Amino acid sequence: MWRRLVGAQVRSQLQYRRSFALDAFGSFWISFVDFLIILTIFHNVSHLNAWNVHEVAFLYALSAITFALTDLFIGHLDQFPQLIRDGNFDIVLVRPRGTLFQVVAADFASRRLARVLQGVVVLVYALWSLTIHWTVWRVIVLLASLPSAVVIFSSIWVCGACIAFWTTDGGEFTNAFTYGGTTMAQYPFDIYATWLRRLLGFVIPLAFVCYFPALFVLGKPDPLGLPRVLDFVSPAVALAAAIVAGLVWRFAVRHYRSAGG
Amino acid sequence: MIEVEQLTKSFVVRRGRFRRERHVVEAVKDISFRVDRGELIGYLGPNGAGKSTTIKMLTGILVPSSGRVSVLGLDPSRRRVELARQIGAMFGQRVQLWWDLPLRDSFELLRHIYKVPLDRHRASLDRFRGVLDLDPFLDTPVRQLSLGQRIRGELTAAMLHGPELLFLDEPTIGLDVVAKQRVRDFLVEINREDGVTVMLTTHDLGDIERLCNRLLVIDHGSLIWDGGIPELKERYGAERTLIVDLEEPGPPLELEGARVERIDGPRQWLRFRGSASELTTRVVQSARVLDLQIAEPDIEEIVRRIYTGNSRT
Repeated sequence: MWRRLVGAQVRSQLQYRRSFALDAFGSFWISFVDFLIILTIFHNVSHLNAWNVHEVAFLYALSAITFALTDLFIGHLDQFPQLIRDGNFDIVLVRPRGTLFQVVAADFASRRLARVLQGVVVLVYALWSLTIHWTVWRVIVLLASLPSAVVIFSSIWVCGACIAFWTTDGGEFTNAFTYGGTTMAQYPFDIYATWLRRLLGFVIPLAFVCYFPALFVLGKPDPLGLPRVLDFVSPAVALAAAIVAGLVWRFAVRHYRSAGG
Repeated sequence: MIEVEQLTKSFVVRRGRFRRERHVVEAVKDISFRVDRGELIGYLGPNGAGKSTTIKMLTGILVPSSGRVSVLGLDPSRRRVELARQIGAMFGQRVQLWWDLPLRDSFELLRHIYKVPLDRHRASLDRFRGVLDLDPFLDTPVRQLSLGQRIRGELTAAMLHGPELLFLDEPTIGLDVVAKQRVRDFLVEINREDGVTVMLTTHDLGDIERLCNRLLVIDHGSLIWDGGIPELKERYGAERTLIVDLEEPGPPLELEGARVERIDGPRQWLRFRGSASELTTRVVQSARVLDLQIAEPDIEEIVRRIYTGNSRT
């Protein structure tokens, strides 16, 4: 069903080919600038705490790829406040399918595939320049971290979107956590101040997106001396985040006020 | 099919820029009614009276503040998905079809959303293509359709999965006379032939008079009328009008039990209650008359009277 709904969207997007190509190029370039900033920083310093440029590139690539995938599937949630404000969420509610499913399947930003590509390019570069001692566990943690990260990012987006049920205009506030969050996840967690680490680690579980799995794969000691079990709990955190997001969504839908008409 | 008991929906509204005050607005206050299978029921009221809010609570879009709603035996907001499979809904001011896709593709997507078997889908689509004359624009993207065409598409979309209950929120808004008639014919057909129960809100009293066998009127959130149209006329429209064409213009006729409402040259309009024959006899005795006709009150006037009467109290 998701494929049918999304397929319909992609078909209608392809009706505007030129704008599609420009958008794709634009989003590739915007995300590449993020990486150029990291390179610029390392042009001036050789290390960020105990991280060298290749390790940060690896962390950046993980964060960029998983965020881009999230963006691809549910990025259009940033237009969700509009749907609520116009009262068009009514239509979602009179159809016999899950509401979150319908909202998510209503669009698919295929032009954002370019961002995934950009992340992959940086990942290849990082893997090529790093010497990683691959073990079975390291491969498993790396592979498990990708879907976990997508789920954690998605849960944050969904919770953010729920704000729209009350304020009907919380778009910018939500962006602070989604776009802001991903930028923070691109840098080593240990460079942030303690209060910020607590917020990112345990309230909004962004540290589990990339930082802990990256530590494990790169075989780095945790400069913060946190228990090493954290390197493995990303999938569990993802599951918990998804459950929380689902409950928040269900609660929020019951507070939908529709629009006059 | 529908049971509503003491249903209330209130919204909290905040006003003021700096010192925000909370106001509780009751959009729907304590209304009760029931709808039986096969009825074609009109739901009428001025803007902001609570029509749409009621429909939204019946379809599971809004959660009631208090009271009880049961539609097809289900609590709409708690059993939303189950209910959605069995009802159809169309909102005249919302687009439910896929904007950039041909109409045909929207129907195909809806078939999957509602999990309708292919043969049943084909059969009902063929039928609506005939009744609503969809063929000329079935392959046109929805954004290029005229309003009349789109509404026909929306009606088909609401009916394709074969619901036994159909909610329509202002289905004829903005349509021209021909398109309106087509929509009305369609509703009469599905109601008579398929036994679909229809509840529609409208501002168009023509819809009500031609379609509905029962009328609910809501104003300021309260239900102020529930009954047939003849009874409504009886109660609020007891006054009729006698139109008198005199041989030449003259002063207003002075007759007991009637008052002149309007004069236009030799024509005078007299409002009266009671027997028409008695009044006409007296008119003919007191003046030289060319012609007489009696006008029944139209529903538009009655409704205007209900609204104004209600807001005075």
